[in-house]
Amino acid sequence: MQQVNVPGSLTAEDRERMAQVGIDLAMTSRCGSYLQLNQEVAHATCSESGIEVMSIADALEHYDWLKDHYWKVVAKDKDEVTKYVAAQKNPRGYVIIGRKGSKNILPVQACLFLGREQIQHVHNIIIAEENAELHIVSGCASGKHVGKGGAHYGISEFYVGKNAKISFTMIHTWGEEIEVYPRSAAAVEENGTFLSNYVCMQPVKKVQMYPTATLSGERSVARFSSVVIASPGSLLDLGSRAILAARGTSAELVTRAITRGGTIISRGEIQGNVDGTRGHLECRGLILKDGLIHAIPEIHGSVVGTELSHEAAVGKIAQEEIEYLMARGLSEEEATATIHRRIRVLTRRGGTNSGRNGPGWWSTRSRPGGCGTRGCWPPCGRSPAICLSPMRSGLPRTRTVPSPSGVARPSPSPTLWP
Amino acid sequence: MLPGGQYNPGTAMLDVKDLHVEVGGKKILHDINLQIGEGETHVLMGPNGSGKSTLLMTIMGFSGFTVTQGSIRFKGKDVTGLPVNERAKMGMGIMFQRPPTISGLKLGKLLTAASGETKEEIETYAKAVNMERFLERDINKGFSGGEIKRSEILQLSVQHPDFVMLDEPESGVDLENISLIGTTIGKLLDKDKHIVHRKKSGLIITHTGFILDYIDTNQGHMMCDGMIKCHGAAREMLKEIRERGYKECLECSK
Repeated sequence: MQQVNVPGSLTAEDRERMAQVGIDLAMTSRCGSYLQLNQEVAHATCSESGIEVMSIADALEHYDWLKDHYWKVVAKDKDEVTKYVAAQKNPRGYVIIGRKGSKNILPVQACLFLGREQIQHVHNIIIAEENAELHIVSGCASGKHVGKGGAHYGISEFYVGKNAKISFTMIHTWGEEIEVYPRSAAAVEENGTFLSNYVCMQPVKKVQMYPTATLSGERSVARFSSVVIASPGSLLDLGSRAILAARGTSAELVTRAITRGGTIISRGEIQGNVDGTRGHLECRGLILKDGLIHAIPEIHGSVVGTELSHEAAVGKIAQEEIEYLMARGLSEEEATATIHRRIRVLTRRGGTNSGRNGPGWWSTRSRPGGCGTRGCWPPCGRSPAICLSPMRSGLPRTRTVPSPSGVARPSPSPTLWP
Repeated sequence: MLPGGQYNPGTAMLDVKDLHVEVGGKKILHDINLQIGEGETHVLMGPNGSGKSTLLMTIMGFSGFTVTQGSIRFKGKDVTGLPVNERAKMGMGIMFQRPPTISGLKLGKLLTAASGETKEEIETYAKAVNMERFLERDINKGFSGGEIKRSEILQLSVQHPDFVMLDEPESGVDLENISLIGTTIGKLLDKDKHIVHRKKSGLIITHTGFILDYIDTNQGHMMCDGMIKCHGAAREMLKEIRERGYKECLECSK
């Protein structure tokens, strides 16, 4: 696949920030790409047969039937954000369609980049038709030069057809002054699978979202996984909702939240309205520095045959684990990085029931913006407090420290991973 | 230190002085004084909830155990304010009574990281405690009582601590495994060496005393209500407890 046409206005730093959110401008590990800078669509392309990537303006012009998917699962008048986006004369955003039976091994990437102080608005529609399997990495980032303010309003409507599957991984690297309001919803038909992964590890002023998956087809599945780190000054108000509206449907909502001084509100809701449905909601929180993690899990069961559970834990558990490792000689940073990685591993497991969107996506290429740790998933950005790699910290794999008794004692290797 | 003799600061491994500890704002330990010399193994006894584990956790430096008064010196250095890993690096080791499960981290990986030794060496250590099949398993996940103890012993073996704290090493262990665990702990404490060459020290919490069949000990300490009430020969003290219970210790105002 040819390298994508990247506007010359992008600085090296902008490119690096894109790489941090999983955008591969060289296209070595992507089958399709959509890039939007502010309100300009830079390109929309896909080489995989049966999969179409286009701007929403083009798509609405080309496909008359698309209006049946436009503002259908997300209501126009839901709130101020949807009203603002609906009022725009020139809709922006992308449409990705996986035609019947199509399948991509390399994912499609979609990059929404905010380079100016303004409101970036997008409206995305993602459709997997019957038996299709669609994998998408959506990277959202802003340029360093964005000064005060700036906001991103993003509407996303997902349609998962019969026996189809969508896995959607959204990675955010916004600036400290930016507010982000995604508004997403998914409709899942019989035997369909909707996997939504969300990663946000960099400072942002505010993210507020509460995506909903309605499982109206029998035996359909939804799984939401989030890994978030709140830095001082960040407010992450995140939730996800699954409505189990047909027999045999199931949902799992898993959040791993870490605060380094910011605020995380972790909401979640599962509604079990039909017999033979199952749902589990889970939030694990780790407080590294005084901040706030507020978990609000809700489960609503209205019939005998629904099984719903929730589990939330904040703080102590992870602290115990960290100190356990420290008692074996690992430094606090190494122990913390280990527990973090474990948190990420759990999330990745949660998001890959087919094994298709496995490690290959991330680990086969170097990460220009990442910390360089091989075990570090997803690309963690550069904060050594979050991911202390042996390379970055300049430590050799093993070092000897003279112990007070004069005998050299091998100190623990900081590398726990193969 | 000679049995029953005077404490000699020159050979002290651990020196706890006038230690007061709070947990969650509640006073748990009062005025603890404890000295353990190089090559010595001491036993800590006392009823449930008397503060034995709290003392071990405080010596190791875990968060949540606040020292409000007194000091802990290790190998001549004041470690009262040092983090857990610094103490571990200085040569302290602990065997947890109920260690946490760490899903996603393989036992073998932790052993490599904690020791810096090669895979082959780790396997040799693991074989010694019948744990070679557990190296690829998540730490403590689904382990039985005996397996947890063996995993703890294995972690300590690769760590080579100079001072080992063992919190009820025999609890939940069947009779067959107890000899394996007892002998391995004996090796950790240099019990296979002549007393002159014995450098490793230990502090063991035990209720049953089974473990003492495998490890010679120097002294016992009786703990009640967060205080060390008396010292003596560990086996004799255990015999008393077996026959008369803790009643007299609790009432003792010595």
